[in-house]
Amino acid sequence: MFREEMHRQAFKEEALELLGELEISLLELEADPANDDVINRVFRAMHTIKGSGAMFGFEDIASFTHEVETIFDLARTGRIAVTRELLSLTLLARDHILAMVEGTDSDTRAEEVIKGLKALNPKSVSPETTPTREPLTCALNPDLCTWRIRFAPPKNVFMSGTNPASLLEELCEMGEHHVIMHVKDIPSLPRLNPEKCLVWWDVILTTSKSEDEIRDVFIFVEEDSDLTIQMVGSCQNIDEESYKLIGQILVEKNDITKDALERILLERKPIGQLLSEAGLVSASQVEAALAEQQEVKRLKQSAGAEPQTSSIRVPAQKLDYLVDLVGELVTAQARLTQFASEQSDARLHGISEEIERLSDELRDNTLGIRMLPIGTTFTRFKRLVRDLSQELGKRIALETRGEDTELDKTVIERLNDPLVHLLRNSIDHGIESPEERLAKGKKPEGRIQLSAEHFGGEVLIRIIDDGAGIDPERIRAKAVEKGIIASDALISDKDALMLIFAPGFSTAEKVTSVSGRGVGMDVVKRNIDALRGRVSLESAPGQGTTISVRIPLTLAIIDGLQIQVEDSYFIMPLSAVEECVELIRKDSGRADLINLRGQMVPYVSLRAGFDIPGQAPEIEQVVVCNSQGRRVGIVVDRVIGEHQTVIKSLGKVYQDVRGISGATIKGDGSMALILDIAALVS
Amino acid sequence: MSKTIMTVDDSASVRQMVSLTLKDAGYTVIEARDGRDALAKLSGPVGMIVTDLNMPGMGGIELIRTVRAMPQYRFTPIVMLTTESQASAKEEGKAAGATGWIVKPFKPDQLLAVAKKLLR
Repeated sequence: MFREEMHRQAFKEEALELLGELEISLLELEADPANDDVINRVFRAMHTIKGSGAMFGFEDIASFTHEVETIFDLARTGRIAVTRELLSLTLLARDHILAMVEGTDSDTRAEEVIKGLKALNPKSVSPETTPTREPLTCALNPDLCTWRIRFAPPKNVFMSGTNPASLLEELCEMGEHHVIMHVKDIPSLPRLNPEKCLVWWDVILTTSKSEDEIRDVFIFVEEDSDLTIQMVGSCQNIDEESYKLIGQILVEKNDITKDALERILLERKPIGQLLSEAGLVSASQVEAALAEQQEVKRLKQSAGAEPQTSSIRVPAQKLDYLVDLVGELVTAQARLTQFASEQSDARLHGISEEIERLSDELRDNTLGIRMLPIGTTFTRFKRLVRDLSQELGKRIALETRGEDTELDKTVIERLNDPLVHLLRNSIDHGIESPEERLAKGKKPEGRIQLSAEHFGGEVLIRIIDDGAGIDPERIRAKAVEKGIIASDALISDKDALMLIFAPGFSTAEKVTSVSGRGVGMDVVKRNIDALRGRVSLESAPGQGTTISVRIPLTLAIIDGLQIQVEDSYFIMPLSAVEECVELIRKDSGRADLINLRGQMVPYVSLRAGFDIPGQAPEIEQVVVCNSQGRRVGIVVDRVIGEHQTVIKSLGKVYQDVRGISGATIKGDGSMALILDIAALVS
Repeated sequence: MSKTIMTVDDSASVRQMVSLTLKDAGYTVIEARDGRDALAKLSGPVGMIVTDLNMPGMGGIELIRTVRAMPQYRFTPIVMLTTESQASAKEEGKAAGATGWIVKPFKPDQLLAVAKKLLR
């Protein structure tokens, strides 16, 4: 059924979220095992997964979670301590639940986890699954029977929101009936408390329903009421005489029912007074309740002042499609702008400008929707660092900063693997074992800092560890051994460090399960390059290593500067462009430097770089770019202007072409290549 | 009596299920994600409240107690959603003033039966 499937989908999404929270809480708990708030949060997350899971047909998830919850309940009530072991097992259990939600679970793992958890339980109590569930369906009893039902609700029955009259109504719908109300307890009017139920009823009911079904009418009040249900006979053998007699009394008393009820609803008293009068609570308890009520009122007012955040869930593909459409729109708009500029029609110009403004806004908004804080990825890393450091016998604290830095969803997803690998490397090769650290006079606990921040049109992610650092000499020796560089090659320390990103390079003496999984740092670099990002590395031997990853905010659309060389068009990312100046080659014999307000800036010619044939014009343009902190000029024939650039990838064949990061479609339908400034100048 | 029902649950999936079931049956539904949210949204005629017990912020028990103390809702039926392992919570809920309970997991029909029973 469609609706059922929808519920199940909603549950899955929710479960994934809850499992995420669960993981965070568990890790928090590890740092602060006595924190009751966190323990409660863990418990609640599991409880919700269990409850909702059972509701939407995931019985396996519900029963497994129940086992875990049972153990954690012991921890919650302080019967067992929150140990590292318990947390490890709970984390495993959390992973298993995740696998079940995703449908990739295995039974053996579940058994293992449950066995481990049960071993933690001191008394190995049987789970409290005494079914308190009343059957709601009963076998039909086709024979008509007559029942005598005496129903005396507690005097305070109204206070639980129960309306005895509606219960009687429900009962009466079951068949032929007579209701007798007993009113002898009702005092004279001045002494009457209308909020107490002082009456009780006898009902004679002839129905085909079973006793259980009759009892179900009173399901919510049965425990507190005086309820007797007796069968007085099947329909054939009713005592005619007594039946008639009772019937007559009923007719009389029915009127009183009406009156009494109307009066009951007319008068009101403060509930506190009422409760204390009923002897249910003391005056002081009422006072406390009043204080609570006022507190809640106050909270309610302050809650009203808080901004309401509401959100909707949308499948990611829809967003991707939207971005694609916006990309097409921007391209079409560029064509319109170009066409309008060729016409001398003021109205067309007006419309074109309006469309341009709208599509700009639409683009910014659409890309904004896809922006996600990077924090979710960071939390996953906490778990990674924890598990790995335990495995390697190291002690490492991971600090994260800038979790709310926003990045395009696709970028975040594709950034995950490279970052995992970089972190693994820091844990495995960077941070030393506690003994080694103590011997070096460092704190036994290593520290890895993971930070993200905005940096112009880019996001800068840094992984800083205070481990052993990287020795450039060792890298050099290794690179020579591996045949990556010649034995007499002269390279700076900084360039030597970058060699670890070269294909086929691995400095680990033995391949551990952590870093040596067949993917090297060269894959990391390639992944980051594919995101149009850059990775760099700084290290001070003995002090630690800093790996910086710069990633552009988005992959889909950028602001570009369109330039021309001969009849080829190129786009430069506008975020890299600083200014444009004219280049007049007075003496072409000089080094490729221009004097930019007293500062010497080197330049490269695009024409020469790409071997574009033809004669350079007399006056060329220099686009001054900022690349990796350096200013570089790029010489072109002509600067055309700003261009909304929808990035299209070049495909596998061209992905290794240096200096080009993609292509775009221009306003007139022709193509322009997007320049990779960083690659061009290096 | 008003045919408006408020559902209070921190689980969005349960909320959705309760809400759709009741809406299909012709009730007006107000959704709230915990006790505090429920109190903030509680105004005007509400015929019945269906609340989860275990919620962050303000839980179900406290919500029931608070709502019962509000003159306008002192007789309003309040149904709590419990699980089998929460036998004690059921007692606590009743003491706080809950009208009835539905044991999780439940089917939409069970929910409708209870709604029909309490909202006449």
